[in-house]
Amino acid sequence: MLVVIDYNVGNVKSVCNAFDHLGCPVELSCDRRKIEAASALVLPGVAAFGFAVNALGSLGSVIKDLALTGKPLLGICVGFQMLFDKSSEFGTHNGLGLVSGDVVAIPPGRVIPHMGWNKVVLPDDMALFAGLGTEKHFYFAHSFYANVTDKTAKIAYTDYGFKLPASVQKGNVYGTQFHPEKSGQQGLQVLHNFAQIANGRNA
Amino acid sequence: MLTRRIIPCLDVKDGRVVKGVHFLNLRDAGDPVELGARYSDDGADELVFLDITATLRSRKTIVELVQKVAENVFIPFTVGGGINSVEQMDELLRSGAEKCSVNTAAVKNPDILTQAAQRFGNQCVVLAIDARRSKTKAGHWQVTVKAGTEATDIDAVDWAVEGAKRGAGEILLTSMDADGTQKGYDIELTRAVADAVNIPVIASGGAGTLEHLYDAVVKGHAEAVLMASITHFESYTITQMKEYLRDRGIAVNL
Repeated sequence: MLVVIDYNVGNVKSVCNAFDHLGCPVELSCDRRKIEAASALVLPGVAAFGFAVNALGSLGSVIKDLALTGKPLLGICVGFQMLFDKSSEFGTHNGLGLVSGDVVAIPPGRVIPHMGWNKVVLPDDMALFAGLGTEKHFYFAHSFYANVTDKTAKIAYTDYGFKLPASVQKGNVYGTQFHPEKSGQQGLQVLHNFAQIANGRNA
Repeated sequence: MLTRRIIPCLDVKDGRVVKGVHFLNLRDAGDPVELGARYSDDGADELVFLDITATLRSRKTIVELVQKVAENVFIPFTVGGGINSVEQMDELLRSGAEKCSVNTAAVKNPDILTQAAQRFGNQCVVLAIDARRSKTKAGHWQVTVKAGTEATDIDAVDWAVEGAKRGAGEILLTSMDADGTQKGYDIELTRAVADAVNIPVIASGGAGTLEHLYDAVVKGHAEAVLMASITHFESYTITQMKEYLRDRGIAVNL
């Protein structure tokens, strides 16, 4: 069973709704045993980075350890940002450090937050984008972004006046800066693909 | 490239979508969940639900509505109307809303914007401004509160700038003069606010033709356009709006 991590931040319910809509069994939980028993984990997040990290608390290291042992993990939005080393949103906060890079402010000179539907170029070797073609629009809503320095991570980009990492894949660790649960049919396809990965059909 | 957004707005009263002129003379326009799903299928980029009664009783209804919408609609949606605490925002966001808009509460207590931004991130915090052209000062607009029933001395452009500084991540800018008239957005107001802030501005009030949408983006510098009457009463489909904009060189998600 997929477990969506419940850690008292906004919009975890939307992610569950999307999996429900796909007919994919999913449980919203903060129970350590259920998290350990899960086939895969989803770390959503609508929150400021520091608030999210504090709310996650000791579950952070549990999730990190499970990801390091090979359990598929999907981070979404702030959950995606927490995959990296640290963030400078409202002070400096450490992330899980599963993928190398820092979360920094989107450079000035454009409208911020980066809010709305932007086109993501989809590399054909990223499992989350199976069946979606070469590019699709996804819904973004964020003011900070992950400056990915990890040489071993696959990265999909969008263009916001600079190449903005929209999604990463590093082994069994996946993440999207955009909200697949709010990105219509193409977003649902991304979640479907992750569910397939969790079932070991598309890893 | 980031696309311009088409956002149908659903004013909700007693669990039904309604639409009026200058916030009065309400007409019934349908079931909110059904309409929301239909707009999503038709390619809406986002939805806005405004609880226009905003009473204690309606607050409970709106939370249930948000839950139902979130179970059926997989595009972002904003909820507003009578929100006056960070706790209420938390409940709505946890129920499935992507963003919350605050209006009167932010005028009375601007600190709510900062508190919300620090907790949820500013991308969740929409400052709704209902502005009316000043009768005494040309080229200025007054902020009104309580669904447009109460005028303040606050200048709309100044308030937008301050709101952004305090933590709003987006401005939903409604012209009280244009609302419901279908005679076009207040382009001057839209541009004055959009040029003064660095956060997205949603133009609202007055959309009646496809050209109005184009003007709001090109002349008004709006990041997004909001409309109600022309979608609820099916003057145009969302797809028609997007095709029109695309054919005139505006990036849309089509």
